Amino acid sequence: MALLEVTGLTKYYNKDAPALKDVTFSVKKGEFVAVIGPSGSGKTTLIRCINRLIEATEGKIKYSKAGDMLALRGRELRQARTGLGMIFQHYNLVSRLSVLENVLHGRLGYKGPLAGIFGIYTEEEKAKAVEVLTLLGLEDFMYRRCDQLSGGQKQRVGIARALVQDPRMILCDEPISSLDPGSAKVIMDYLRKVQREMGITIFINLHQVDVARKYAGRILGFNKGKLVFDGPAEELKNKQIKEIYGTEADDLILN
Amino acid sequence: MTSSSTNARAANLFLRRNKLYLSLFIGGMILLTAVTSRMTDFNFRDGIGAVPKVIVWSLHNFVPDAKALERLPKMLDKMADTVFMSIMSSVTAALFAFLFALTGSVTTRPNGFFAVLARGIALINRNIPVVAWAMIFLLTFGQSSFTGFLALFFTSFGLLTRFFMETIDEASVSTVEALRAVGASFPQIVARAVIPTTLPQLVSWILYMIEVNIRSATLVGLLTGSGIGFIFDLYYKSLQYKSASLLVILIMVVVLSIEVISNTLRRKIL
Ligand SMILES: Nc1ncnc2c1ncn2[C@@H]1O[C@H](COP(=O)(O)OP(=O)(O)OP(=O)(O)O)[C@@H](O)[C@H]1O
Ligand SMILES: [Mg+2]
Repeated sequence: MALLEVTGLTKYYNKDAPALKDVTFSVKKGEFVAVIGPSGSGKTTLIRCINRLIEATEGKIKYSKAGDMLALRGRELRQARTGLGMIFQHYNLVSRLSVLENVLHGRLGYKGPLAGIFGIYTEEEKAKAVEVLTLLGLEDFMYRRCDQLSGGQKQRVGIARALVQDPRMILCDEPISSLDPGSAKVIMDYLRKVQREMGITIFINLHQVDVARKYAGRILGFNKGKLVFDGPAEELKNKQIKEIYGTEADDLILN
Repeated sequence: MTSSSTNARAANLFLRRNKLYLSLFIGGMILLTAVTSRMTDFNFRDGIGAVPKVIVWSLHNFVPDAKALERLPKMLDKMADTVFMSIMSSVTAALFAFLFALTGSVTTRPNGFFAVLARGIALINRNIPVVAWAMIFLLTFGQSSFTGFLALFFTSFGLLTRFFMETIDEASVSTVEALRAVGASFPQIVARAVIPTTLPQLVSWILYMIEVNIRSATLVGLLTGSGIGFIFDLYYKSLQYKSASLLVILIMVVVLSIEVISNTLRRKIL
């Protein structure tokens, strides 16, 4: 059964050209899906429409047990979001707070209003946060303020925050675009580990075609808001890369 | 013609136009100064020429004497009133301003209509000068320190709302987004993302507001018959310039110390 089903998704920011045009695909539980496409092709828009940080103009998004994401309001929407992690290119951590506090933010969606406001977490939640931080090799940085971390470490905190949500899927919007190649590889390896060992679905926007091919089982290619490629990573050949990237493809063609 | 040469020409035109705007702006400023000084009969040469004379005259009349020093305890007493009033009006205004800023800022506004409303109210409040507020409340509450408090409160509230909105939009966009994605509710987002990311700047703005308010409190006191402004008015009108000047020195010392204190605090928290 599909974990995520996107049907006829369309997004107009303004009347001229749609950022997404009639996009349909579905993702099964446990898949590693990479979304590629030239700059401005709608990758970020797609990811943010899925968890409703951006409101889609038209279409249906079915996620897990939440039903149609686009129909949810208030509490229901927040509940649906708790089961759907997200990590960002710029990490989006509260830099003045500690690593541990940032990770525990992943639990907020599950908390009552007061416990959430005052940051009161249960013993299990704290244990879970410590466990996840250890998994990501951050056990020595727990009490460090986030602005004292390197980019790669910050992104690992981002992953930890998503993991304590107990999500079935994690959305990643170019998580390695601000990192050096070494840290980028570490992050990608952790995401693969999360997918393989915890069975969490990874849905990731990438700029790097080679990285997408190396890690993803399946690739979605976008061009000007249209889904122009949807298939296993092995089927992404030079011809398909040309279709996705148009004239920019020459720099990306691999021999 | 190739498109790259058209583009180059367009870029050139763009840069030249920007330069033209800058020259026009500077020229305009000079012209404006000339015209306004003409209109107000202000003459730069005479103005600057009068400076030495002013210095001599003030040295003669404004150096505090023993009698002025005798009045110091009373001045300090009134000064304390003024400082407290400034702090109180700034802090109360900050509380309201924070709520309005949350409602009005692009990052956190829960609803478009209330956002416009909050921005509108703040805009009106800060565009009425503090003196006008004082006049308005004078009619209702008469000469009292409460009138002064209200006048300071309303301008501070309007200004702080705007500063806070800018701070929120600048500092907390990314963390608000992250917590929304996690499924956090609005109050949780405010408590766990907005406040931690913006607090140092918010405090810094409040400190700035206290400084500004101590300065305006003097002026407002003149009108509302309270605090330091009131006794300044008293000394001045009874031609006791030496006491008035001691008061001015006192005000300067207090304002400077507040500035030093708040700069130190600011450096600590930022
Ligand atoms: N807030 C916005 N308002 C108006 N137009 C927008 C907005 N955000 C994105 N767009 C437009 O929508 C299109 C898709 O943008 P999007 O950010 O989804 O692309 P992307 O594939 O993520 O690009 P990149 O690889 O550069 O991150 C672009 O043409 C962009 O200009
Ligand atoms: Mg993007």
